[in-house]
Amino acid sequence: MFDALSDRFDGIFRRLRSRGKLSDNDVEEVAREIRRALLEADVNVRVVKDFVARIKERATGSEVAQSLSPAQQVIKIVHEELVVTLGGATGQLTVAPKPPSVIVLAGLQGAGKTTAAAKLAHHLEKHDNKRVLLVAADRQRPAAVEQLQVLGESIGIPVFTADATPETVATQGCREAERLGRNVVIIDTAGRLQIDIDLMEELNRLCAAVKPDDILLVLDSMTGQAAVDVAETFHAQVPLTGLVLTKLDGDARGGAALSVKEVTGLPILFAGIGETTNDFEAFHPDRMASRILGMGDALTLIEKAEAAFDAETTARAQERMAEGLFTLEDFLEQMQQVRKMGPLSSIMGMLPGVPKELRQAEVDEDQLGSIEAIIFSMTPAERQDPSIINGQRRRRIAMGSGTTTQAVNGLLKQFTMMRQMMRQMQQPKSRHKGGKGRRGKGIDMTGINLPRPPSA
Amino acid sequence: MTDEIESLTPRHFGLRDRFSKSRAPFSEMRRRWRARKIDDEVWDELEETLLLADVGPATTADLLDSVRAGISKDSLADGISEVLAQAITDRLRANASDRSLNFSTGTTNVWLLVGVNGVGKTTTTAKLAAREQAAGRTVLLAAADTFRAAAAEQLSIWGEQLGIEVVRGQDRGDPGAVAFDAAQSALARHFDLVIVDTAGRLHNKKNLMEELAKVSRVVQRTAAPLSEVLLVLDATTGQNGLAQAREFVASAGVTGVVLTKVDGTAKGGIVLAIESELGVPVKLLGIGESVEDLVVFDPEEFAAALVE
Repeated sequence: MFDALSDRFDGIFRRLRSRGKLSDNDVEEVAREIRRALLEADVNVRVVKDFVARIKERATGSEVAQSLSPAQQVIKIVHEELVVTLGGATGQLTVAPKPPSVIVLAGLQGAGKTTAAAKLAHHLEKHDNKRVLLVAADRQRPAAVEQLQVLGESIGIPVFTADATPETVATQGCREAERLGRNVVIIDTAGRLQIDIDLMEELNRLCAAVKPDDILLVLDSMTGQAAVDVAETFHAQVPLTGLVLTKLDGDARGGAALSVKEVTGLPILFAGIGETTNDFEAFHPDRMASRILGMGDALTLIEKAEAAFDAETTARAQERMAEGLFTLEDFLEQMQQVRKMGPLSSIMGMLPGVPKELRQAEVDEDQLGSIEAIIFSMTPAERQDPSIINGQRRRRIAMGSGTTTQAVNGLLKQFTMMRQMMRQMQQPKSRHKGGKGRRGKGIDMTGINLPRPPSA
Repeated sequence: MTDEIESLTPRHFGLRDRFSKSRAPFSEMRRRWRARKIDDEVWDELEETLLLADVGPATTADLLDSVRAGISKDSLADGISEVLAQAITDRLRANASDRSLNFSTGTTNVWLLVGVNGVGKTTTTAKLAAREQAAGRTVLLAAADTFRAAAAEQLSIWGEQLGIEVVRGQDRGDPGAVAFDAAQSALARHFDLVIVDTAGRLHNKKNLMEELAKVSRVVQRTAAPLSEVLLVLDATTGQNGLAQAREFVASAGVTGVVLTKVDGTAKGGIVLAIESELGVPVKLLGIGESVEDLVVFDPEEFAAALVE
């Protein structure tokens, strides 16, 4: 969607450039696209309204009109606003003056409370040196207690339960923690609908009894418009102190996080990101902002690229490209720089503008390795001028790199194609020098057919 | 008062009542619309209503366009939401004329329940078993969720309550084997139906989706027809529901949707897009906690609830 969004922005702003000024209509059009993108991401309609109004105000300001690339500038503003809204107060769990600190997890059915309880316990023991007691107070769902017990056993954390009301189980659990000298108690409660008055009152009683230091709402990142109502109603019933966002390893854009943050002001503390108890981490507002916009981790990528790219090497490569002298050696250098940024599959995922199919394709890292091996098996002369590579040389290179002559041919063909494309691209692009062009050329790998098609 | 009426129509029970929460602002809206021409504000409110029901921006725009095309410029706003509801009902009716669950008589049928984590597959499996048992069918349950801690335990407790046998496998064992054993056992004993509960899996996890495809292949190797693959979808799910359905249709050959946890604020409007794009009909609604709270999907009622 980010691609669609930035494409549409580009369209709007291209017309704009010829006129040189943002008209009210332009701003409206941009606002409409942002609105649609946020709605597609499941941000609540009412939250979208306020949010877009804020963006509009900034978009009409001089920072956009004066920027070289208004489209990018608007996206940056949206991203910034998202980060500010999602982040804001950085959240931390409360540490009780007299241990144990008590944490209650609450939420709808199926949000992932029981799993989150175990993951959070594991996280606190591993990263914060806490000694946790898990309390199974979900007496509603069949086998919920057993589920927590099995999870507790797998991470070596004791689980307390009793055959009593949730309120009593929770109270006894806190006492048990004191007796065992555990300094954190995590209470897993039954899932409940926010409109179920009886169950909401039960939660209220439980919290009144144990006086938790933190009450965390566990929220499924796939939640749609209802997220606002859920959070508001829970918050009205018990004083929530933060959020845990679950199932972020899915592909939902997670606009619910923004909605809930906006209406409750509660910090998002943690995110569940996978099937195992280790897959749990502190929440990153910037990543979430990119995700909601569907722009991959574009900003992270830019940072990574800046960190990994040796400016001098890049400048040299660019000059050579401009002169049409790009050789296999430059190609190798570029490739190695890209690889410094991390596994290619994650880089592809972060690249905005890379087609979806390509982003989801499983990149074969081995293939990259063999490309390196092939180039390493060439003589310097061959790397400078691949046209001298004849049949004999080809066989030698294939043997030296442990590949086949077909693989060598494939690489040479791709390289030739890439060089041609660069020449073509070079002419119109030579107008812009510096900033933008550098990023475009430095990591442009579109000419190289590295990933396999997803169907293969 | 309403209780009395609803008890007479068990098929509809509770649904409207559960939607009552969001009905209040609507009736207020309707009062303001009396004898008023349809202006931008009216359109905006209709749009917001649909968006709040998770219908999604594209389908919402599409629906409003079709309503706009069907009315004259000078129409009054009074009946507009009924027109909208009718447009939704028509669309749902056009998608599927038959929403009953597939069942071949004279043999053992297998129904497979699939979906992402936490949508209510195990509970729905139990509810469905109770429903079929009440209809006079002999049912066997298969706990093929061998991944989530205590999932098989959860289904077994349901089985005990319902007096239905549950076939279980090893924890972390092969879910295909559990489904296969259950189907073979049910065939041998001439049961009417095997309902297979599977582990929740996020649709973007290739290996897990492949595992599910294998479960379905393994079942198809038995003599028992796999007559339903039901995608369980949480009504609180937003636009991601479409991506979920797309992947589960591709891997597991989904034949119907069960929309769970339908209540006042979660209406599951994303199923409109799912039906239009994928042609998979919604067959059942889960509207409450108890075993009987699984009802047949009624397009008209669903549409009415959506615009309210």
